[in-house]
Amino acid sequence: MILAQSAVFGLLIGGLYGLAAVGLTLVFGVLKMLNVAHGELIMLGGYAAFWLFTLWQVDPFVSVLPAGAALFLVGVVLYRVLFGRLLRAAEETKLKNSILIGFGLALVLQTIALVAWTGDERAVTTAYAGGVLPVGPIVIPYARLGALAVAFVAVAALHVFLHHTYPGKAIRATAEDVDAASLAGIPVPTVFLSAFGLGSALAGVAGTLAAVTDAVSPSIGLAWTLKALIVVVLGGFGSVAGAFVAGLGLGVVESVSGVLLGNAYREIMGLVLFLAVLALRPQGLFARG
Amino acid sequence: MTGPRLTLGLATLTAAAAALLPIVTDNRAMLSWTLLVFIYIALAQSWNVLGGFGGQVNLGHAALFGLGALTTRFLWTAGTPIAAALAAGVGVATATGFLIGAPALRLRGPYFAIGTLAVAEILRITAGNVLPDIAALPPRALAAYTLVPRYYLALGVAAVTTGIAAWIARSRFGRGLVAVREDEAVAESVGVNAYGHTLAAFVISSALAGAAGGVFAYYHVGFYPSFVFSPLWTFDPLLIVYLGGVGTVTGPIAGAVVFLALREALALRLGELHLLIFGALFIAIVIALPGGIVQAVRDLLDRPRSVHSTEVTSTT
Repeated sequence: MILAQSAVFGLLIGGLYGLAAVGLTLVFGVLKMLNVAHGELIMLGGYAAFWLFTLWQVDPFVSVLPAGAALFLVGVVLYRVLFGRLLRAAEETKLKNSILIGFGLALVLQTIALVAWTGDERAVTTAYAGGVLPVGPIVIPYARLGALAVAFVAVAALHVFLHHTYPGKAIRATAEDVDAASLAGIPVPTVFLSAFGLGSALAGVAGTLAAVTDAVSPSIGLAWTLKALIVVVLGGFGSVAGAFVAGLGLGVVESVSGVLLGNAYREIMGLVLFLAVLALRPQGLFARG
Repeated sequence: MTGPRLTLGLATLTAAAAALLPIVTDNRAMLSWTLLVFIYIALAQSWNVLGGFGGQVNLGHAALFGLGALTTRFLWTAGTPIAAALAAGVGVATATGFLIGAPALRLRGPYFAIGTLAVAEILRITAGNVLPDIAALPPRALAAYTLVPRYYLALGVAAVTTGIAAWIARSRFGRGLVAVREDEAVAESVGVNAYGHTLAAFVISSALAGAAGGVFAYYHVGFYPSFVFSPLWTFDPLLIVYLGGVGTVTGPIAGAVVFLALREALALRLGELHLLIFGALFIAIVIALPGGIVQAVRDLLDRPRSVHSTEVTSTT
């Protein structure tokens, strides 16, 4: 029964992992850049939710929208100032330098958060934070259920946007073949900019939800980046649906191994799983071929 | 042929001056600072072997530094002579480098960087779980603690590491490595085994990082075991290498001196905020000055000549 309960908890947190990964995989798929400061963007989203709640009592589920919009702007600035400069480099250099820039950016954002908001752990504690929905012998906290629902809606909306709207199709076409997309009249620079902004906005949404279910502190970024990377690799680079399913899977693996091996080892199991997949099936569990 | 001889002469002179420092002064702050420069030179050279010459970004360098540090510390405090403990630390780091590198270097694209990042995080969390207590020196060792032997050990490791890097830069192996970095397909077509070269570079890089960690463990009075796996032990050598000049032998030396001078000046005045400056500086170098200090100096020295020989340089 403890296992069933922890599997449910894993699914609830796993939706958030999926959402965290979707933004990262979108940027990678379109720009062929890996932003290893993605977790720090999630951290910023978490602080946005925390301050909106603390200063103006804005419910974190409402904060999803302003936090997402704010991080969209952050993403646009980061793209204009930093990542956009890499476009002209050759494929391999572009990828390598994006990783290096992200590594430096992570330190910058962490330090800004530390200096501005101290190293204290912050959490958003709403009136309904302690409430649970009993399902037989298993309990489901309302806050986490809400986070999973919002994560699912966000990922589903992204899927619909990418597959059924004109700008979404333009993004996918650019991801597939930049030159062909450009020849077909797609404004590739705009697509790049919006993909990076959108990826950052998704990080902001994930951060807002993370502030409800977890605590936020300046140093949480690396852990979230790693979770997003694990999920992206498990789901196959560039796949939105794959990332969401892999996120749920990682949540369950972490949660169950936390019960079986002790809480200190829950994150390690995810990382070990990640290395095993990297070594055996680097194209991802759900990728074809 | 005056270039290499001049470099060798300068290197010998610098090393001799560094060796004389503890005789000239007993200023602990100055000796400690110089000792840290040596550790960072060794660590930066070790990252540069794979990252600079081989072009593979290792984001888990802290794993190898940390393993070298913990192994050396554990054996040394248990009574093993420091030379043997250090050798064991290097051995563990070397073996781990092979174990990580053999599968990881078969990966393409971003996988090597994120795979190594994951390895370092696994070790950091595990070290924090298994060894939660601070690794302080036993009272007997603390009473016998003097700075000078540590200073010379650090100097020796920095010199050996730099020597190995200089050998690699000139050797057939090093040229093969650079060829793989520049164009793997072309390198393979002229008979360079790309996988073998990068794996050898990773193993050498791991061994040298382990040595730097071992010196740190011998020098530092007390640290938490998880601290030596902190991502900063990856970030600092990366910043130093890019600051000085990636893929050069003098770059990590110049970078380490400038980095520690800056840190000394900034950390006191700005506290945590100095990390922001380092992060921004690193990004600026990657974007605007990919050759670092070494490249900037070269450009400065070449400028007067290139005015007269623009046609020659533009065709090469």
